[in-house]
Amino acid sequence: MSIFVDADTRVVVQGITGSEGSFHTEQMQAYGTNVVAGAVPGKGGEMVGEIPVFDTVAAAVAETDATASVVFVPPAFAADAIFEALDTPLETVVAITEGVPLHDMARVYKRAGEVDTRLIGPNCPGIITPGETKLGILPGDIFEAGNVGLVSRSGTLTYQVVSNLTDRGIGQTTAVGIGGDPIIGTSFIDTLAAFEADTATHAVVMCGEIGGEDEEEAATYIAGHMDTPVAGFIAGRTAPPGKRMGHAGAIVSGSGAGTAASKIAALNEAGVPVGETPAEVADHIESFL
Amino acid sequence: MRLHEYQAKEAFADAGIAVPDAQVATTPAEAVAAADAIGYPVAVKAQVHVGGRGKAGGIELVDDAAAAEAAAERILGMDLKGYTVDAVLVEAGVDFTDELYVGVTMDRTAAQPVVMVSREGGVDIEAVAEHSPDAIATAHIDPAFGLHPYQARRVVYDAGIDRAVAGAVMTIVGQLYELFVDNDATEVEINPVMVTADAEVIAADAVMNIDGDALYRQEALAALADEAAGDALEQQAAAAGFDYVRLEGNVGIIGNGAGLVMTTLDLVEHFGGTPANFLDIGGGARADRVTAALELVFSDDNVDAVVFNIFGGITRGDEVAAGINEAVAQIGELPKPVVVRLAGTNASEGMAILDTDAVEVEATLEGAVQAAIAAAEEAA
Repeated sequence: MSIFVDADTRVVVQGITGSEGSFHTEQMQAYGTNVVAGAVPGKGGEMVGEIPVFDTVAAAVAETDATASVVFVPPAFAADAIFEALDTPLETVVAITEGVPLHDMARVYKRAGEVDTRLIGPNCPGIITPGETKLGILPGDIFEAGNVGLVSRSGTLTYQVVSNLTDRGIGQTTAVGIGGDPIIGTSFIDTLAAFEADTATHAVVMCGEIGGEDEEEAATYIAGHMDTPVAGFIAGRTAPPGKRMGHAGAIVSGSGAGTAASKIAALNEAGVPVGETPAEVADHIESFL
Repeated sequence: MRLHEYQAKEAFADAGIAVPDAQVATTPAEAVAAADAIGYPVAVKAQVHVGGRGKAGGIELVDDAAAAEAAAERILGMDLKGYTVDAVLVEAGVDFTDELYVGVTMDRTAAQPVVMVSREGGVDIEAVAEHSPDAIATAHIDPAFGLHPYQARRVVYDAGIDRAVAGAVMTIVGQLYELFVDNDATEVEINPVMVTADAEVIAADAVMNIDGDALYRQEALAALADEAAGDALEQQAAAAGFDYVRLEGNVGIIGNGAGLVMTTLDLVEHFGGTPANFLDIGGGARADRVTAALELVFSDDNVDAVVFNIFGGITRGDEVAAGINEAVAQIGELPKPVVVRLAGTNASEGMAILDTDAVEVEATLEGAVQAAIAAAEEAA
């Protein structure tokens, strides 16, 4: 079992002819992802390897029965590409693009709430169900199929924590990078709810970071709705207020909102142990299993 | 990107919001000339990107030329919470009877813009939000429709704004929302809106933060970026395309990915060291980028050792190692110890080819951090 994507997921890649799009399409195929189409305006009729390219997402879906899209479109055109995917419709849209303007994302988020499509990202590494499929740029070889779910706002931090798990022989059901932007399609809570409902997931790792209140809200959700044990990690304990730490969303406000201390306290109160190091997170997960 | 007060006020004035007469000055003589032209009293206000300038001594109200000169001499060049003051705004004093607050920001939890109006202007609005949240009236705006006029009316009535100026404040709410959208702002704020005896409303301060991700379509604002920037090293980093934040400690940090770099900082502190910076080198680690990153971190004199932590996802570890070797060759002798840890794709191949005469190699993140702290202590 897994959440959101599996071996049956049929993928259309938006921006498949760009350098990122073409490289990661190859990587996804090598991992076993069923990439059935590409969508690039003006390139309909071309082929990328064995994959047919269509002018529109709608045409790609009509011809290939794609069920999900991965967006590798540059920031200036990303919101439009996501709207196109949301309006097609698809089951899942994974937006990898970093740097989508905030006002664009506010409108995209509104639209995502009006349709049944799940939007993951933007500014995220994607999602992987080890051994079945990956949609995005995660390095497949550090993952292993197993019974731990993982949800994270960060890419490389996810890789670090996953390798701490895999090194101990702890595999994963699905790992979801939800993205580091202030406005994202899928929240911690959406993902935690899906893991709670997934019988194959026996424990969950939640990697948060400074900024916003999503981790605090997730803590409340865990306390009220989850039986599956969760272990946490929060990046940015040492971040000074008012400075954006790389991710657009990773900022402690001048008034002190969004601190690591507040998030760790909320998680601890919900019964979630928070590791001080990625290795400690793996210790907690090991103790759950 | 945060605009200076004078830049934001120019935008406000263009949008039709009343602002006091004002001129920017970079020398005391210019400040006096500006004050003479405007007429006394004037406020001399430091143009730096920090809140609470008044409390920190960055704003002075003066009644004559001698006082204006003295104020400008004192404020220009002063250090205000870590920022050097290069310019002051000389601004006409406003006789006011009341101070209000109007702001628009993006509520990230609701993923919607939110308009805020309060009678408690002229004080720290975040403190007001904390101790008496009911004193701030709010209205969430559907970004697909924009601000409906009724929402501007409702938020002003809800805030209990005096009826004599309610209409004028509603107009400001509309103008601010338009500025927020048209400029891809993450925040626009007037605190305070001054109300005069004859019921005029004037923006006495102006805050405007622009979404850095939208600067590609805000060319006029992008051109202000240099004027608005902060720390010199942070500017240099921005030019090189790195996310860099300077901190106070002596262990330099270079890594890839915001979350992992933050985690590396946290581990430095966890193991008893103090981080000197946050530097996200981004995807790929070719020699030119590695060189630029190392040079940037070493140009901070506080740095006694560096931890270089790359988790190669799609980037291959052997390519990163080659980049590091080439960078080391270009720089010549490294001025301070560098501890490298590579993980992920082809990491062991990368570790094998690293020039271990020049850099120390550690297999784990924890090990690399501890080795860098030890090296920094020895060098300090």
